[in-house]
Parts: sequence; C-alpha cells; structure tokens
Amino acid sequence: MQIKSKIYNNTLYVLLCGELDEYSAEHTRITLDDIFAGGSFSQIIIDLSELEFMDSTGIGVLIGRYKKMHTKNIPIFISNPSKQAERIFKMTGLYNIMPKIV
Amino acid sequence: MNKSNFMEVNFKALSINEGFARVCVAGFCLQLNPSVDELNDIKTAVSEAVTNCVVHAYPKGNGMVNLRCELEGDNIKIIVKDSGIGIKDISKAMEPFYTTKPSEERSGMGFAVMESFMDKVEVMPNDGMGLKVVMYKQIARALKQVGND
Repeated sequence: MQIKSKIYNNTLYVLLCGELDEYSAEHTRITLDDIFAGGSFSQIIIDLSELEFMDSTGIGVLIGRYKKMHTKNIPIFISNPSKQAERIFKMTGLYNIMPKIV
Repeated sequence: MNKSNFMEVNFKALSINEGFARVCVAGFCLQLNPSVDELNDIKTAVSEAVTNCVVHAYPKGNGMVNLRCELEGDNIKIIVKDSGIGIKDISKAMEPFYTTKPSEERSGMGFAVMESFMDKVEVMPNDGMGLKVVMYKQIARALKQVGND
C-alpha cells in the first residue's frame, strides 16, 4: 500500500494505491493517522481510484479514521470506489458517515 | 468446459498470504472465463474467509489454512479450512457487524460480505477442530459462451 497526499484549498486529498487487506491495514492506519495529524485543512477526500483491492478490513480502517476526525469536526469524503468497494460501503452504511463525492 | 477440476493448497495463517490466496483462486477460476466483476467478487470472498483464519483461528499463532477450489461445469466451490479454536456460536458470528474484537477496528462484516459476493455460503465446524467455510458461485453462462467463441 502506497499513500500519497496533498493539501489544496483547505482540503486534504489522500490517494490510496495498492491493496487494503489485513496485511496492509496496520501500515495504512499508521500512515493515515500521521498524514491527518499534519497540516491544516477543514475536510478530507480519500481517493480510491488507485485502490486495486479492498475487503471488509478496509471498513474497519476507514471507520477508525472517521472516529478520530469526527472529534475534530473534520468530515471525510470517499471518491472513485471500485464496484466491490462500493458494494461493501453500501452494505455497511459507510456512506452515511463518509459520503461519496463525484 | 464441462469437466471437473480442482486445486488445493496449504499455507501458514499469515496476513501476508491473503494476497496469494486471492490470486491463487482467481487464477484457477480463469478457465471458466468469468467476468472481471465475478473474479473480483471471488477474490473478495476468499480474502474474507482467509482473514477470518488469520485473525481469529489461531490466537497463539502457528496455524495452517487449507484452501481448495473445485470446478464443476460453470460452478465454483471454494473451501477454506483451519484447525484453530473454531467458533462456538456460528449463527451469531455470521450476524452483520458482530465482532469479538471491536477494539481492533474490525467491522464484523466478513461473513456478510462473503454471502453478498457469492451465491451461497456454509459455515461449519471442521471435523471437530477449527472452522470450515464453503462458498459457491456460478459463472454466468452467457458470458462463458462469448468467451468460448
């Protein structure tokens, strides 16, 4: 898993590249927390266009990040999920707390 | 292709092997000419089943996962077995959002995802030791015919 980020117009853009499963979950958690802790921004957009695979482990990772940012009133949005990721998001109601943006 | 075929592999219950398990089954199922979506559904379900073995079956580590994939006509049967501690209440474990490890940021959606992405999922004790997950999926006939043209 490679994670790229940039801040533009008060928005933190995060690009997840690779596979998000049990093997990469811990690295993804730590890296995202580090990125979220640095810089100044009012919202986060997580771009999944380069995410080649995700199972339900990814839901746990994303909800964990949501909880941390929710305490700071910083919303997180999801963009470009794969069909499989989209189905998992809809099943779990993730979009209720991390809405999808086009 | 109407002949039957199968493959079987054993590997350590390590998270690094999840990607291998996914690709292994997906590669074997390619001979049925599945669509990309069907293949991704299978990979996701296999990943969930193997993750269960890695995370829950062996609290002391050092366990094995047995992965078998059987093909019969258009039908795929995937069996994921471990010899770990098993699950006392299987029906409870299969409820969406149920997890024994909420502190580890687990969604409790593993079995729900398997059931959603496959046609049918059966979970049972593995001969008195560990857990056996059997998943079924039929590859769409129309697409197979296009692939054989």
